[in-house]
Amino acid sequence: MSIKKVQLLCALAFVFSNNAWSHSSDTESLRAAIDELRTDYETRITALEKRLVAAEQNSRSAPDASAPAPTLRGDGAASAFNPAIGVIFQGQAWNYAGSPDEDYFVPGFPFGGEAGLIDEGFAIAESEINISANVDDKFTAWLTVPVVVEDGEAGVEVEEAWIETTALPAGLSARFGRFFSGVGYLNDKHAHSWDFADQPLPYQAFLGDQYLDDGVQIRWIAPTDLYIEAGAEVFRGSRYPAAGAARSGAGADSIFLNIGADAGNDSSWLAGVSHLRAQSVDRSSGSADEPLLFSGDTDTTIAQLVWKWAPNGNWKQRNLVLQTEWLWRSESGFYALPDSSPFAYKSDQSGWYLQATYQPMPRWRYGARIDALSMDNIAGFFAGSSLASPVDDPMRYSLMADWSNSEFSRLRLQFTRDEAASRHQNQWGLQYILSIGAHGGHSF
Amino acid sequence: MIKIIITLVLTTISITAQADLRIFACEPEWAALATEIGPKKVKAYSATNARQDPHYIQARPSLIAKVRKADLVICSGAQLEIGWLPVLLQKANNRNVMPGSPGYLEASSVVERFDATADVDRAKGDIHPLGNPHVQTNPHNIVVIATALAKRMSELDNANAETYQAGLDDFLDRWQAAMEKWEQRAVPLRGKRVITHHKSWVYLERWLELIEVANLEAIPGLPPTAGHISNLVSRFESNGADFIIRAPYQDKRASLWLSERTGIPAVELPLTVGGTEGATDLFSLFDEIVGILLGASQ
Repeated sequence: MSIKKVQLLCALAFVFSNNAWSHSSDTESLRAAIDELRTDYETRITALEKRLVAAEQNSRSAPDASAPAPTLRGDGAASAFNPAIGVIFQGQAWNYAGSPDEDYFVPGFPFGGEAGLIDEGFAIAESEINISANVDDKFTAWLTVPVVVEDGEAGVEVEEAWIETTALPAGLSARFGRFFSGVGYLNDKHAHSWDFADQPLPYQAFLGDQYLDDGVQIRWIAPTDLYIEAGAEVFRGSRYPAAGAARSGAGADSIFLNIGADAGNDSSWLAGVSHLRAQSVDRSSGSADEPLLFSGDTDTTIAQLVWKWAPNGNWKQRNLVLQTEWLWRSESGFYALPDSSPFAYKSDQSGWYLQATYQPMPRWRYGARIDALSMDNIAGFFAGSSLASPVDDPMRYSLMADWSNSEFSRLRLQFTRDEAASRHQNQWGLQYILSIGAHGGHSF
Repeated sequence: MIKIIITLVLTTISITAQADLRIFACEPEWAALATEIGPKKVKAYSATNARQDPHYIQARPSLIAKVRKADLVICSGAQLEIGWLPVLLQKANNRNVMPGSPGYLEASSVVERFDATADVDRAKGDIHPLGNPHVQTNPHNIVVIATALAKRMSELDNANAETYQAGLDDFLDRWQAAMEKWEQRAVPLRGKRVITHHKSWVYLERWLELIEVANLEAIPGLPPTAGHISNLVSRFESNGADFIIRAPYQDKRASLWLSERTGIPAVELPLTVGGTEGATDLFSLFDEIVGILLGASQ
């Protein structure tokens, strides 16, 4: 195509796009005319106003007639594009006083999975691409593809890829694929909706940040005014706290039960219990260079309570969220320490966190969190290793403040006093979370 | 044992089938409308009240439980509830009310929506590409929506189709008479210039021939900024306007501040049923709207 043709097309496009606006400029000049005349000519004003209303009606019906939008029965969800595509941008900068992060470990709780300190300095965290749509009248599908940077190299992963039924009877639904387990409260929350930049200690220690795996989930909602949700899952068992896809690739399973209701106009609550049972084969944790390998059974039980408050339920102006979870884990099996034969290992561990976030006015939120771990003493021959029981219970204290210009952008400052790691330290973090494109609502 | 369970389940299902038509309305006006059409056959529940901003609702467990049991979900639509309704529908596992099924109705989809746009740049704020969703503020829209809703209710509960038709006819008779009354009363409001907090009133403005001259929100959906409000002060100090309108769930400080400095009366108008003490149903809602505006224009 020649340049002249392009210019001609551009000009045409400009003319056509301007056409739609001509009516509104009519409206404005009429308004100006009305303003001038108002003081002097009461009678003429009435006539002009009639013309103005007519002009406004024209200007409103004009785009309506040309644009297909009003005829779209935009039923419910993000149907403007099929599929709905959204991108979440996350980045942060952390400063750790004292020890460099390579040394970071919590005595007795070697981390696995995605758990651990965020890299010091500037870094983009997972920027994720979410794609979702109804497949047809019976299935819906979701894909999350994070772009991650590890050791300076960018890579694309498949974080979540699942389909879910939308047309099962009796309050049932089934999900297949790779997804975050429904155990606990925080486990299936995407990182961009967390209230703090990192997961609380028990999630890091027992679930590798979040338990994500390939499997099947069945969920049922009771036909009652009290919200009752029951679910069961079977997973491949290839990810922390499971490993090695034991039991012919069905190495982990879970059950969960959640109930919830409103308490008056201002408050609502959600409580739940869940249990995750997994088998691990050569599960690696601790230092990446010299990982500890665990084989055996691992059982995690979680109880949670979330309380949300907003004056008269008008969430936009002011709100408060109180949230606590308790996790218990028992493991029995064998640990292979570096350069040694396997040792029998049996432990009972627990952890909890309590957090509050308060939004005193639109845009601003403040939060505080305490998270802690504890464990029984284990056999003496682990003394000196990273599996040895800690002298004091590992604990952290965090404060955060965030500012959201709109529901699509958030900037956060977080301070953590970390008394969990081998060396106590102060940690400062700045974080941004932005979202473009389709962005579905968040669950409670 | 299994037989007992099966019998129990079957009994429960048959009891549920004979019960009232359960309607989950996202906003109070649609619950009120369903009750007008089938007062004795309908159990309508509103997910929000007039003092809650329907853009920002938590997908609360209680709402999921209500959607699970609903026969019909009626919402304003046009993405007003995009932040929470899709979550409720996904979590509630009720195939009868999924979008596309007879049990799902978007009120704004049956009327002409204003300001639909293909320009969805979010730098311009909380844009509704399908058009302005606050369609309930023009009573002529209520006529069309009532008709569509009654049809849907008859479809879902065929046994009571005649009752719903009779309920609709009765409602529309009363509604027509009421509209004539409102329109007569509201004649002095024609051409009045209004500043609104959010673009919640475009349908009311068309109906009463009001002229919207400004919004308190500089960008739709974002809280009013001090800079924008002081611009409005200088714009309207001498020129004047007739009202500053806000909905009950909007922060009153911005409109009061502007009112103090310009002398333009600020009013809190009920955007839906329950927005004032007097607005107990759809009829008294519009009585109140017209009455409050007339009172402020004296």
